[in-house]
Formats: sequence, C-alpha cells, structure tokens
Amino acid sequence: MTLLEINNLSKHFRSGGRDVTALDDVSLTLDPGQTLGLAGASGSGKSTLARIVMRLLPPDGGSIRFAGEDWLALSGKDLRRRRAKIQMVFQDVLGAFNPRATVASVLDDPLRIHEIVPKSDRPRKIAELLDRVGLQANLADRSIRDVSGGQRQRIAIARAIATDPALIVLDEAVSALDVSIRGKVLELLVELQRERDIAYLFVSHDLAVLRAVSHRITVMDGGRLVETGPARQVIDNPQSTAARALVSAVPRLRIQTPQGHSYEP
Amino acid sequence: MSTLCEIRDLSVTYHDQPNPAVGHVTLDIEAGGRLAIIGESGSGKSTLARTLAGLLPPRTRVTGEIQWTGGTPPRPGRDLGFVFQDPSSSLNPVLTIGEQVAEGARQHLGLGWKQALARTQEMLERVRIAQADRMLRAFPHQLSGGQRQRVAIAAALAAKPKILIADEATSALDVVVQAEIVALLDDLVRDAQMTLIFITHDIALASGFADRVAIFKDGRLVEAGPTASVLAAPAQGYTRTLLQSHLDLTSPPLVEEAAT
Ligand SMILES: Nc1ncnc2c1ncn2[C@@H]1O[C@H](COP(=O)(O)OP(=O)(O)OP(=O)(O)O)[C@@H](O)[C@H]1O
Ligand SMILES: Nc1ncnc2c1ncn2[C@@H]1O[C@H](COP(=O)(O)OP(=O)(O)OP(=O)(O)O)[C@@H](O)[C@H]1O
Ligand SMILES: [Mg+2]
Ligand SMILES: [Mg+2]
Repeated sequence: MTLLEINNLSKHFRSGGRDVTALDDVSLTLDPGQTLGLAGASGSGKSTLARIVMRLLPPDGGSIRFAGEDWLALSGKDLRRRRAKIQMVFQDVLGAFNPRATVASVLDDPLRIHEIVPKSDRPRKIAELLDRVGLQANLADRSIRDVSGGQRQRIAIARAIATDPALIVLDEAVSALDVSIRGKVLELLVELQRERDIAYLFVSHDLAVLRAVSHRITVMDGGRLVETGPARQVIDNPQSTAARALVSAVPRLRIQTPQGHSYEP
Repeated sequence: MSTLCEIRDLSVTYHDQPNPAVGHVTLDIEAGGRLAIIGESGSGKSTLARTLAGLLPPRTRVTGEIQWTGGTPPRPGRDLGFVFQDPSSSLNPVLTIGEQVAEGARQHLGLGWKQALARTQEMLERVRIAQADRMLRAFPHQLSGGQRQRVAIAAALAAKPKILIADEATSALDVVVQAEIVALLDDLVRDAQMTLIFITHDIALASGFADRVAIFKDGRLVEAGPTASVLAAPAQGYTRTLLQSHLDLTSPPLVEEAAT
C-alpha cells in the first residue's frame, strides 16, 4: 500500500515585489519502508514541499493522501493525533528549537505530548534516544544553544524518531555532520527503517548521501520534478539538465602527490 | 607568505564545563591563505573560530596566546567577516535582506544608504541570488535555506573584510552554487589578499582549493600542514580514517536498489 501520495501540488509566493513559483504541479508517491531522495538546486522548492507535507504551510492546489486519509482535510484533534506519525528534521535546526530549551526538554516534549511513555520512564527514554544518535547522556541538561552544530542535528534526529513515526521528512538533516558521524547516523536511519518500516523523504544537496540511502531519487528544478528513477539510474545516468549539472559538480577528492601529480582515488 | 596570527597553546573552556572544548592548540595562520579546518562533530572547530573572532560567550576561560601581526586583534564586522554555521545566527529576523547586507557596508566603508544598497545588490549577485534587486525587500524567513546562507556570506563580505571565517557556510548549498561560492572566495583571496578560514566537513571540497588544512579531533589539533602533503601522506591515523570514510558517488549503497 502507498503511504504518501501527492498529486498536482502547487504553491506560489508573492511578496515584496518577488513572485516565485515554488511548486508547480508536483506529484509523487512513497511506500512504507522506502526512501525517496529529493535533490535540486537551492531555491528549487524542496523545503516548500517538505513544509506542505508537514502541514506547516497550505498549498495553493493539489492533494495529499497519507496512510489512506485525505491529509489536507484533517484538522483539530484528528490532525494533532496523527501528527506523531509524520516527523521532520528541519534544515535550520537552531531556528526550529525554542532557544530556551534544554536538550532534555526538546526530547521530553514529543514523549509527553504524544504520550509515548509514562512520566517516570521518560528520563530513561531520553537517555536511550541520545545514545541511539551517538550522544552522551550528560548533554541532557545543556541548553540547546550550548552544543555544537552537529550535536544539535543529531538531537533533532533523536526528536524525530521519538514518536515512532511512519514517515520522517529529513531536510538537509546530515549536512553539518562530519563523515564518520554522518556514516553512523545514515546507518542508524537505515536500521530504523528496516526495524520499523519507516519511510523517508530525504532532502539533501549531497548526492553521495542520497545515493547511499535512497531507493529512488527525484530531482527538482524551478518548482517541478524533472526526473525520477531508481537511485543508481539517476546518479549514474542522469537524463535532465538539472540532474546532469548536479552530478557533474560533485566535489571530487583530489590528492596531490609531492611531485605535483594529481589523482582522484 | 607572512603570518597573520600565531596561536600558542590555546585552551578554551566554556562556563561550568569540566573539560576544555579546545585544548593546547598551536597553529600559525598565514596571511592571504586558504586554511581549511576539518574534523569531527564537537571537536572544537567552531570554538576555535569564535575565539579568533572574539565572539565567545561571557565567562569562557581562555588560556594560551593568540598573537596577531600588527598587534591588535581584528575587529569583527570590519576587519573580520564571520559566517555562522546556523544561518539563523547570522541573520536578524526583523531586518530585510537589503538592510542586513547594507549595514556592514554603510558602517565600515562609510557609504551612504544609496551606495550601500548598490553594493548590497552587487554582493547578492555575486553570491548568485536570482532577482537580487527584488530580494532586497524580502525577510530572512521568506528565503530558502541556501538563499539564507548566501545572504549571510554576502553580509559578511560586504564590508570587504581582510579575514573571512566561514563556518560550514556552504553546507546547505547545492553543489553547483557551492562551486560558484568557492570560486568567489578564491577570487577574493587572490585579488584582495583576503585570508580565508574555511570550516568544513567536506574533505573533497577542501582538497580542491585549500592551501593548508588543520585536522581536529576531541578538541585537539591532530595535524596541520599544506593540503597536498597532509592528504597524500597523512601522519595520523585519524586523518587516514577521515579519508577512508569519504563517501562518493561510487560508494556502495546502504539500501537495496529499487526495481527499475
Ligand atoms: N556555549 C557552549 N557552552 C558549553 N559547551 C559548548 C558550547 N558551545 C559548544 N560547546 C561544546 O564544546 C565542544 C566543541 O564544540 P564546537 O561547536 O566547537 O564543535 P565543532 O567542531 O564546531 O562541531 P560541529 O562540527 O558539530 O559544528 C562540544 O562538545 C560542544 O558541546
Ligand atoms: N515564505 C516565503 N515567502 C516568499 N518566498 C518564499 C517563501 N518561502 C520560500 N520562498 C521562495 O520559494 C522558493 C523555494 O524555496 P524553498 O525553501 O522551497 O527552496 P529549497 O529547494 O528548499 O532551497 P535550498 O536548497 O536553498 O534550501 C525560493 O525562491 C524561496 O525564496
Ligand atoms: Mg531548503
Ligand atoms: Mg561547528
């Protein structure tokens, strides 16, 4: 069964003399336990799509079905109850947290609001969540501002998995992580996916990351989806101009030998 | 090349923290060079950057020495531009894009508002913001993540600083725009003798343009030197691990392929 089905979504922004078509007739589907990688130039509409799926922004037109229901028609208590099932890791992690929050309170909120575990069990659950994303439990009492950028990204991921969601929208969720930790977080996400059949809509500018975790990849350009296919096909043999430009601009590791010869390992 | 600053046995401990975030770092930064700082999450890269810029929170304990050639530390905003890792820390949510970028140019280059706005538009174009003239009146929340990052870069560069510290400043940009921004920074280093301190987790990106790299782990400087020699013949196991964990388009996927 399809978990997420998006049909003909459109969104326009008009403000301060600017007139932007952020989404233009976007349709896609995502099955449980699958990852759809979403790539595209800066400003092409990826976060707008993510925010509409999260119901943080209304579309101008189009429809979304989530778990068999008309997702855009839900409101009030029904929406609040189902919200636990879709989580998001935002691109601007710091901006997405209450600046006065501590690490513990960031993780405590979803556990409390969605009644995931009884109160007495929450500290244990928080420590467990931190551990899963490779962070030490002693960070719990720190202010969310007083941790490093990569630590904050991992806290956001821990918050997203706290409610046992069916879908997580990840918007540049691993972009500030160094290679070793990023590798671990990606492995964790894939492991959680296998364990709990979570689907990911994975937005990233990093094609190597998308290639590693996606079943399919879709490429956006100027608000439109211009190419969709199995991950390998889109990366190895891109068809659209947008996808080709992205693939060819990926920085290659250049190692110069002392004689001045350069090679790419 | 002359030295811009000499860091000697620098340790930085945040208020109420048992352990230093940066410990015993000794490093020379060359004037007019491109230094890439690479290392693990939480290893102290941003802390070192904030220390150089004089932007540490109150009650942080700093020991050791930072000697600036010329004696006085650079003034943030004027001599030194800083792009923060989180764009929301670089931009003021209640100012328009035009106001934030023009402010630096107006204050430090002594321009009037009109000239400052012209300089702003030029800078926005240089960081590849489309419809730059219309962007002047937009607010940060109306921009995409990558657009915000580019505005933060434009704001940091508007006052023509002699030093730019870019903390993961291109991490949310698509690779095409990222390459253009790196080329812009490269031009500024070459033509305006700017010193670039570039913090990144992307070792491939650094390998393409940094003259020198400094590798951090657990608050320590693991090794530093010319990019070519550090990457071709890493002296430390951690640097080798970093090179090996580099993910590229040919790395084996973690999930099974979808059927065609
Ligand atoms: N204001 C603060 N108060 C207390 N501890 C802090 C503060 N800022 C950072 N730290 C801690 O200092 C250490 C170094 O952080 P720093 O931000 O310098 O790391 P980083 O190398 O930039 O990491 P990242 O790649 O994740 O951004 C981390 O353990 C972090 O939790
Ligand atoms: N609230 C808003 N008001 C006006 N314009 C907006 C608003 N939000 C987004 N936009 C514009 O819509 C377009 C798409 O933005 P979006 O954030 O979806 O891009 P993106 O693909 O996520 O880019 P990036 O890779 O830079 O994060 C951009 O041109 C942006 O400036
Ligand atoms: Mg975005
Ligand atoms: Mg940092």
